[in-house]
Order: sequence, then structure tokens, then C-alpha cells
Amino acid sequence: MATETHEASQERSIFHPEIGSYEEVNRDSARFLTKPGPGYVALLGLALVMAGIGLFAWMWQIAFGMGLSGKQNPVGWTVYITTFVFWVGIGHAGTLISAILLLFRAGWRQSIYRFAEAMTVFAVMTAGLFPIIHLGRPWTFYWLIPYPNQRELWPNFRSPLLWDVFAVTTYLTVSSLFFYAGMIPDIAAARDSTKVPWRKKFYTILALGWRGTHHEWKHWTRAYLFLAALATPLVLSVHSVVSWDFAISIVPGWHATIFAPYFVAGAILSGVAMVVTLMVPIRKIFGIRAYFTDLHFDRLGKLLLLTSLIVGLAYGIEYFIAWYSGELMERDVFWDRLFGDYWWAGWTMVIANVLVPQLLWSKRMRTNLNAFFVISIIVNIGMWYERFVIIVPTLARSYQPWKFVNHQITPVEAGIIIGSFGFFFLLFLVFLRYLPGISTAEIKEVLPPPMRNRKLPPPREERYAYETPAGYREVAE
Amino acid sequence: MMGTKRTREGVLGLFQYLDTTTDAIRRLKQAGYEITVYSPTPRHELEEAIAEHESPVRIFTLVGAFTGTAAGAALAVWASLDWPLIVGGKEIVSLPAFVVIMFELTILLGALATLFGLFAAAKLPRIGKGEALYHPSLSAGNFGIFAHAPPAKHDEIRRILEESGSEEVLVEDA
Repeated sequence: MATETHEASQERSIFHPEIGSYEEVNRDSARFLTKPGPGYVALLGLALVMAGIGLFAWMWQIAFGMGLSGKQNPVGWTVYITTFVFWVGIGHAGTLISAILLLFRAGWRQSIYRFAEAMTVFAVMTAGLFPIIHLGRPWTFYWLIPYPNQRELWPNFRSPLLWDVFAVTTYLTVSSLFFYAGMIPDIAAARDSTKVPWRKKFYTILALGWRGTHHEWKHWTRAYLFLAALATPLVLSVHSVVSWDFAISIVPGWHATIFAPYFVAGAILSGVAMVVTLMVPIRKIFGIRAYFTDLHFDRLGKLLLLTSLIVGLAYGIEYFIAWYSGELMERDVFWDRLFGDYWWAGWTMVIANVLVPQLLWSKRMRTNLNAFFVISIIVNIGMWYERFVIIVPTLARSYQPWKFVNHQITPVEAGIIIGSFGFFFLLFLVFLRYLPGISTAEIKEVLPPPMRNRKLPPPREERYAYETPAGYREVAE
Repeated sequence: MMGTKRTREGVLGLFQYLDTTTDAIRRLKQAGYEITVYSPTPRHELEEAIAEHESPVRIFTLVGAFTGTAAGAALAVWASLDWPLIVGGKEIVSLPAFVVIMFELTILLGALATLFGLFAAAKLPRIGKGEALYHPSLSAGNFGIFAHAPPAKHDEIRRILEESGSEEVLVEDA
């Protein structure tokens, strides 16, 4: 057996051909936690200013009333609900990458999933603010939680709005658990390598005494797998439930059975776009080309293209069914979306979500980071407009023409939307600086293990296909 | 928790290569030593060499998930009956609507129980030094095997570890 010494250990992962050893991953991961650099500080400052604008706008609204949000009859749901749906949707790609691709054993997930999962947690936290901001009396938000109270009243379990409370809080809890459970081994690695005393203490507490013994790994790999298996149906349920906030009502334009899969596909489209929007600057600022390779962007581009096609199909089916149903109101609502007063929003949605992503058929575009970054931002904007188009024009053009109104986005609303982006980026940037942003343990799973005497063992069904030299070729082709 | 308290005495061998680690695991097991294996990432090769029982975490997940389903149904049904108010002409106990609540609680309690199961089974959080010697390089690039044994056996363990290809051997005899 011991004939071809050292040969096998020189194999490289096709996902990370530039990474030579396990130690290198730890060194690179530690770099995030030590050197912030001017680009990072500038972004942090920008995020703080944006979050400050949002906070100010919200305080303004609380002090002077909901009229400042531009809400009126019959447009009671406006850009706050739009932005809520937008942020919940952003979270979905994170769970897709961290949980669903884990179940599929997609090896390119390993280096980007931590960012994606952090994005999920922070996006859902941001989303969770919006139903509260949307309330006239935000301090009574806890009435939605079923708890015994002095009037013995319980929330209405038949209402999709309450389902939403359950879905979103469960999503936030489970995503946070999954995020933290996955991070424990990496926090332990940070604990072992850091030289800063307070960081050492901080990581020692968070690592819970993890040492990577075979007992710990055995239970951890199982628990991680089950959390992923639980998060997978959860993520599909969350945006389905969000879509039922609309679809269960009998408003023309909302009352459609296609809503659940349509929303889930849209959520993943917007989420993948946001992953790319985050990954491109991170790769530039922290110089981690070896971890976010062209292959990663290529795969993400394909995912974005696929979901864009699904969303395009859903748009088409919505229009077809509106026509085919023969319902006058249904037809009018859909006609108005593209040719009525809100035509600009309708066309933004179609162009940004369906037409622009078609550029990604070309591999050159998928691996050209500047182009892909711009496309991802266009899709982000388009997906916000999709939710706007679903919510606002539909309500503004309900059954009776005397009720028709035109909703204008007010400065307070705009301020709060800007603030939500600030809040999200603030959380994300702080995360990058204080917690391991790339998963050291999980990237090592897709690196060929160091071998002295033997070649890598033959592949088995449950193993990653690319663990073997034969597997490398197979995946590379 | 366990029947007999293990001593911290023993020998830790650090390894740079995976195959030398699995060789050492097999040899130490054959010699009848109780071992703790460290690795920076989970590897099936190590799992196969150690050959231990399946993790009990799955039981926690299953029980937690079913508890969640039952709790969701119980909460929605009981709360609806506690204040029976007909909404939209629907049944007081409208099960199709409650399926969503049952599903979400299935996931929620399943996930919480899974994490609890992980902590219980892996004995986390670990407070204090733990039962075996540790080295910071074990979370970076090294594999490690700690054999639990009284000082009289340390020389033999050291020999097995070094013969198998351990680059560094550390002894704990306090």
C-alpha cells in the first residue's frame, strides 16, 4: 500500500483548488476577525447612518401618527408589508444554501453557507420589525402571541395572519439554532487561535467547551443533519404562509392557488440575488478569492436563472388564469398592473426579474463579478417591486371605482425602508467582524484529507462524490 | 453520569495525516485501550475506525417533533373551544386551518429537541478541563488520539502512537 507516498495528499478540491491545507483555512478565517480595513469601516459607517435614518423616521411616525405612512382606505397594506415580504423572502436563499444544499451534498455550499445563513437570520430579524412598524400601536405587538391573559381571549387560529406569526417566529428560532449549532466548532477554532484576551473569553463561552472529539462530532453531524431536514420543509412553509396572508382573502389579484409556490420561487430568486450582492464586496474587501471562486458564482448564477424562469412562468400563469377565468375584476386588476397607473412598477418587476436574469445564460456573465453584481442588485429591486405590485395597486383598484386611490410613497416610508437596509447591513458587518464568517470545519469536509501512505478510499454512497480522485474528475467535467 | 469516573491520566498523540490516525486507532483499540479521538472536521474514515453506536440524537428529534404536532393541535383546538366564537361561518374546531399551527410547532419543537439532544449526548456545555488532554492545533489541522490509561501503561501507548506515525506525543500523568 505504501508505494506512492504523498501523492494522494497533493490532490486539490475542485471547489477550492488554491487551498493547500487544513491550517490555511483557519488562518484565512482568522483574518476576518483581525483586520477590518478602510472599506469595512466605510461600509459600517454607511450602515449606521442608514439605520439612524430609519430609527428617526419610525420615531417620527410613532410621535405624529400613522397618517405619515401614507396609509388610507382602501390601501391599508402598503410598503411596510411589501418590505416585510421582501425581507422574509431574502432569508429563503440562505436556508436553501445552508439546509437544502446540505441534504443534496452540494459541495460548493460549504464555503458560502455561513454568510447565507447569517443573511437569513438577519433578514428575518429585519422582516420581523415590519409588522410591528405597520401597527398603529407597536407596543401591543405581543397580543399576537397566544398566552393566557386576564380576558381569556385567544388569537384566531383560523387567520393566516396568526399562521404568519407562528411561521416567522419558528423560522427565526430554527434558523438561529441552525446558525449557532453549525458555528460551534468554528468558534472553538477561533478560541484556539485568537491572541486577544477578551476575544478568547468571548469565544470560550460561545464554544461551550467544544473540542472536536469523536463523541462530539458523532452527535453534531446527526443533529446538524436533522436540523437541516427540519429547516427544509420549514423554509418552504414560511413563504407559503406569507403568500396565504394574501391568497386566503377574496381580493381579486390575490385569491390564487398558485401563490404559495410562486412566492417561494420569488423568495429564492431574491435571496440568491442578495447572496451575490453580499458576496462580491466581501470577496473584494477581505480578499478571499480562494473561498468564493468563479465556480461558486457560476452555480449561484444558474440557481438565479432557474428561479427567475420559475418566477417568469408564474407571472405568465397568473395572467393566463386571469384571462381564462373570465372574471371581470380579475382581468382588470391584471391589466392595470401593466397598463394602468402603476405601469412603471409592473414593468420594473417584469424586466428586472425575468428579462435581465436571462443574461446569465452566458457563463461569461455568471463569472464576471461586476456584471453579476449589477444584475443581482437589479433583481433585488425587481423583487421589491414584485411585492409592491402585488400589494399596493391591487388594493388601490378594488371593486368600486369611487374607492380608487393612488398611493404615494411618503418620506417616512422611504426612511424606514432605508433604515431596514441599514439595520440588516449593520448586523451583517458586525457578524463578519466577531464571529467566524467562513466555516472552517465544513470547508475541510470538501478538502482532500492529508494522507501519508494511502490513496483516498473508494467513494461510498453517503460520501461527497468529490472526495476521491475519480470523483474529482467526475465533478470537474 | 457514567458508571465509572474516568481519570484524566493518559497519552495524547498528535497526527498530521488521516491514514496514520486510523492506523493508530485500530492498533490502540486492538490493545484494549479506551480512546478519545480529536479531529478538525468530521471524517467517515475515523468513524469507521472507531466503530461506535449510532447517536441517540435522532430519538430526541422524533419525540420533539411529535410533541410539537400534538401541542399545536391541542393549543389551537383548546383555545378555540375556550372562547367559542364563530368566524366566517366556519366550524369552531377548523382542523384544516390548524394544520399550519401543528406543522410549525412540529418543526419548532423538533429543532429545539434536536439541539437539546446534541447538548445532552455530547455533554455540552463542558465546564472545566474535561476527561482528556487537549491541544489547540486539534481545531486547526491536526488529528489527535488520547488513550485513557494509568501511568504504568504510558510507555506502551507512546510506542504504539509513534510507530503509527504520531508527530508529537503529550503525556498527562497527574
